[in-house]
Amino acid sequence: MELFKLGIKSAKEGLEKGDFSSVELVKSVIDRVHAKDGEVGAYLTFDEEGALAAAKAADEARRAGGAAKAPFLGIPIAVKDLINVKGQPCTCASKILEGYVSPYDATVISNMKTAGFVPAGRVNMDEFAMGSSTENSALGVTRNPHDTTRVPGGSSGGSAAAVGGDLCIAALGTDTGGSIRQPASFCGCVGVKPSYGRVSRYGVTAFASSLDQVGPMTKTVEDAALLLGAIAGHDEMDGTTPFDPVPDYATALEGASMKGVRLGLPKEYLEVSGMDPEVKRVTDEAISKCEAEGAELVEVSLPHTQYAMAVYYIIAPAEASANLARFDGVRYGHRSAAAKDVFTLYTKSRAEGFGPEVKRRIIMGTYVLSSGYYDAYYGRAQRVRTLIKRDFDEAFAKVDALITPCAPTPAFKFGANQDPLTMYLNDLYTIPSSLAGVCASSVPAGFTKDGLPVGVQFVCGGFEEARLLRVSRAFEDVAGVLA
Amino acid sequence: MKIDVAYVAELARLELTDEERAVFQPQLESIVGYVEKISEVDVEGVEPMMHGRPLVNAFREDVVRPSLPAETALGNAPQRVGDEFLLPKIVEGAES
Repeated sequence: MELFKLGIKSAKEGLEKGDFSSVELVKSVIDRVHAKDGEVGAYLTFDEEGALAAAKAADEARRAGGAAKAPFLGIPIAVKDLINVKGQPCTCASKILEGYVSPYDATVISNMKTAGFVPAGRVNMDEFAMGSSTENSALGVTRNPHDTTRVPGGSSGGSAAAVGGDLCIAALGTDTGGSIRQPASFCGCVGVKPSYGRVSRYGVTAFASSLDQVGPMTKTVEDAALLLGAIAGHDEMDGTTPFDPVPDYATALEGASMKGVRLGLPKEYLEVSGMDPEVKRVTDEAISKCEAEGAELVEVSLPHTQYAMAVYYIIAPAEASANLARFDGVRYGHRSAAAKDVFTLYTKSRAEGFGPEVKRRIIMGTYVLSSGYYDAYYGRAQRVRTLIKRDFDEAFAKVDALITPCAPTPAFKFGANQDPLTMYLNDLYTIPSSLAGVCASSVPAGFTKDGLPVGVQFVCGGFEEARLLRVSRAFEDVAGVLA
Repeated sequence: MKIDVAYVAELARLELTDEERAVFQPQLESIVGYVEKISEVDVEGVEPMMHGRPLVNAFREDVVRPSLPAETALGNAPQRVGDEFLLPKIVEGAES
């Protein structure tokens, strides 16, 4: 039995029935990584001994009845390399953090461990989550498991490639402007970006603090519901997580159907030029299938969509430039050997440690925040962001969920998007919902004629994850992509 | 829009090579040119949105809790002396 092919739910059932142990499950994943990851490159590091020791402890705890409190005992989860797991590296795929070892667990990790999950393996990403192809990783190349001449998407490209290539049971990613959803679409897996505040950011290296969210990347929607349920909730270490109770997302999926679901079609998204014809075909077919299964299609308008990219490329770099000021060569991370004084300690350590895209965004962010420009850029962008949010509020007064393309193209070839601005356009459909702070998913919808996966995006209102997952689950049956 | 990349990089405490400056200059000008688009939106009377969800102060009890031991906190230090991070001289004329 190829245990590495299992998802969270099927692994949980097998462990409960005693069909296999957690040690066998983790060993199967490790063997798969040895056999296949040389080709894919999803992982940066994998502490095999640590994972097996945790699996052994989980098996013992299960025999002692521990699964009553920790239902996912001994199920391994791959972790994007910007989420701190005590005693493991956390490089953000940057040279500036090479050799860094986390002194503590992020809240999502401690929540996951409480539920029984075992963090196993660190997966690749664009440096500091800045990018849409994982080509900006300073530490390794990750290839799309469906076609290794193509990128896995990004920035959570390692997470998506690990899930899509059956190199893990499930993974955690992060999404700031589409970094869970676009790679999920490229690699044929499910990805959920929770509403802003639903999941704690404590212990997750900050990129853009008003946008960042951690979310599940999984083989099925049900797995996403299970993993999200385990990590979500209020955290006193993150003041942006409200006290709203976390619903039982898995139960919310029962009887999921498209019947009577009001699906909004944002006309501005469907009018965008430059959409790949195969992506358009798969998306159109997905929409027709939803209608055939009883969904009511409603055209909606999000009139400020055309400004979302511009708003994002002011707000995200501005917040990044402030967040990344902490990498100064003083307390951790790379310190330049050529530093002569404190000023050159900063400038040279940062010059040697950061890659080109990170430098570009730090400069962009510093520029828009600099004296005389703040009001025209950052201040104004925050006001336009309010208008974008209002567009979503108005749409959700009429519909239950939006259905849109996830990315304008399928996975592209390495080096295909050399110009930064062209690369940024990958997040055209995912950025507006990030700015609005609402929740969104990417669910496999079909394949291009060349066999590349294509996902569609569903978007629901803030803290409406139960509804989002239910619609996504219903779509899974409608699309019929998953085995 | 002309950007003084060298000046902004200095504000960001980032040393750039001449080659990097030459590459970044047109790229940044093209990105800034693109984001200028927001100047055409009427934002009169619109409140800025600072977060994904309206914020209220999130207080918690002010209690002493275990924190990282000094040895752990210093575990990733590039250079240290005893329980302190070692840095180049900061104050002019001070002993380093």
